[in-house]
Amino acid sequence: MTAAATTLPAADASPSRARFVAFVRRHPTVAAGTVLLLLIVIASIAAPWLGTVDPISINPSHRLRDPSAEHWFGTDRFGRDLYSRVMYGGRVSLLVGLSVAALATLIGLAIGLVSGYLRAVDAVVMRVMDGMMAIPAIMLAIALIALSKASIAIVIVAVALPEVPRVVRLVRSIVLTLREQPYIEAATAIGTSVPRILLRHLLPNALPPLVVQATYICASAVLIEAALSFLGAGTPPEIPSWGNIMAEARAYFQLKPWMVLIPGVFLAVTVLSINLVGDGLRDMLDPRLARRM
Amino acid sequence: MHVFLIRRLLAAVPVIVVVAVFVFALLHLAPGDPAAIIAGDLATAEDVDKIRTKLGLDRPLPVQFFTWVGQLAHGDLGNSIFSAHPVSELIAQRLEPTLTLTVMTLFISVLLAVPLGVIAAWRVGSWVDRCVMGFAVFGFSVPGFVIGYVLIWIFSIELGWLPVQGYTPLAKGVWPWLSNIILPSVTLALAYMALIARITRASMLETLNQDYIRTAHAKGLATRDVLMGHALRNAAVPIVTVIGIGVALLIGGVVVTESVFAIPGLGRLTVDAILRRDYPVIQGIILVFSGAYVVVNLVVDLLYTVLDPRIRY
Repeated sequence: MTAAATTLPAADASPSRARFVAFVRRHPTVAAGTVLLLLIVIASIAAPWLGTVDPISINPSHRLRDPSAEHWFGTDRFGRDLYSRVMYGGRVSLLVGLSVAALATLIGLAIGLVSGYLRAVDAVVMRVMDGMMAIPAIMLAIALIALSKASIAIVIVAVALPEVPRVVRLVRSIVLTLREQPYIEAATAIGTSVPRILLRHLLPNALPPLVVQATYICASAVLIEAALSFLGAGTPPEIPSWGNIMAEARAYFQLKPWMVLIPGVFLAVTVLSINLVGDGLRDMLDPRLARRM
Repeated sequence: MHVFLIRRLLAAVPVIVVVAVFVFALLHLAPGDPAAIIAGDLATAEDVDKIRTKLGLDRPLPVQFFTWVGQLAHGDLGNSIFSAHPVSELIAQRLEPTLTLTVMTLFISVLLAVPLGVIAAWRVGSWVDRCVMGFAVFGFSVPGFVIGYVLIWIFSIELGWLPVQGYTPLAKGVWPWLSNIILPSVTLALAYMALIARITRASMLETLNQDYIRTAHAKGLATRDVLMGHALRNAAVPIVTVIGIGVALLIGGVVVTESVFAIPGLGRLTVDAILRRDYPVIQGIILVFSGAYVVVNLVVDLLYTVLDPRIRY
């Protein structure tokens, strides 16, 4: 925490530092979430330099070892080092979380803007969205993945698709209230084109709640990816992810519970910290939203 | 009321149609040849052709769609590729454990989460409120399968109080049934409770600011009566809405929880179907789950008029 403050230029160090301290005091949980998330992101990126070995190298003479100085989290049934697998596994979770948040938000934003502004499109689009929302997210993802060759790209698409209707609804509700504002009427009156109204006048107002929504989507995507991998319908088994590390370890759960619990704790802490950051963004960007959610 | 009922039922029709089209389209819009993927890597061209004919994939799309819808209308969900049993039969066999699990979860969640939310709102800013809100973030962040394994570890392995896994039908006695279902229900309930407690608190906070609550206090009504009779009554609509929407969360959780606790329900059927790429079974389960979701939310909409007589359609 202090490291971030001291790297600031000396000239304005003290006011920023004061503001930083005030923020941490007011939102201790948000600050903790941000720090945790940063640690996890750095650890995943820096995995190769954190004392890990190749997470997929098999070592039959070291099968199912208990945690030791050599293998911090023990080894799995193929003798693969679990510490290395857990560290590299974070990459999949974060990659899926970020990609899904970006993909679902972009698609949802595009559909929501058009649907909210053009009445003709709205009725049809919203019925389709209602239908999609009636299909439980995990089931929709499972159906998509069951029909494709396993790959991380497919997982990203399959997890993002069920999130789209929620973004569309949010964007649409914002556009519907804004559409009647005098400044939009004025823009229409001076002959501004529809795409320009959507992008220049409506989009900026939809952004703050959308950023908050994106963080929640990111958290839920990390959870769903792990659940899918755990069920055997997610990230292909040759790529370590927290979900499939747990799936492979479950057979040994009664004897070696840490094999399941360690990746589980990493997963839970990651999702928790993303949610905390989301709560912080929500409070900062739009205090009104805090009461609604 | 009757007019509303009919209108609401009609409004559910497009949702069902979209779900059906979507589930149908999934099989046909997926990249690659679905028959080849379902057949697996080891299949011969002959096997692939056989599956293609079996699924009717060799016929024109509109014909396929209307045949499928026609069968659906008769309650025919097709046959499993793996076991050749009718999908509806497979689903019916697995219904009891899943229903038990979801009903028990709903029961636990509503019974605990609504009072928690009420107390948090009543004592807003206190340590009770902080604990409830902390629990809400926690319940939403920790995946069901992690909680499930932690609970098994504590209560089944370390303490030995409850069976590790499995399911016993109610017909074989209440305690064996209950002891098997209690951990999975608690596991599944945590996320749902987080959702309900959070919305109950938010909704209660809004009603507690109203004048009639002050009046109720002023005329000397017991706090419990004010909270439960006046405030909660008026805060009920958003709570019931979220309970309805949360059913989607519950269904997703069922699949994972049943897998952790080795419960032979619809969730396990789903997982088995994925591993065997038994697409008719997956389609059937999605339709059943989505149908359940639509029905639950229909009931929720009808409840609005009971909970809040001001709402008339």
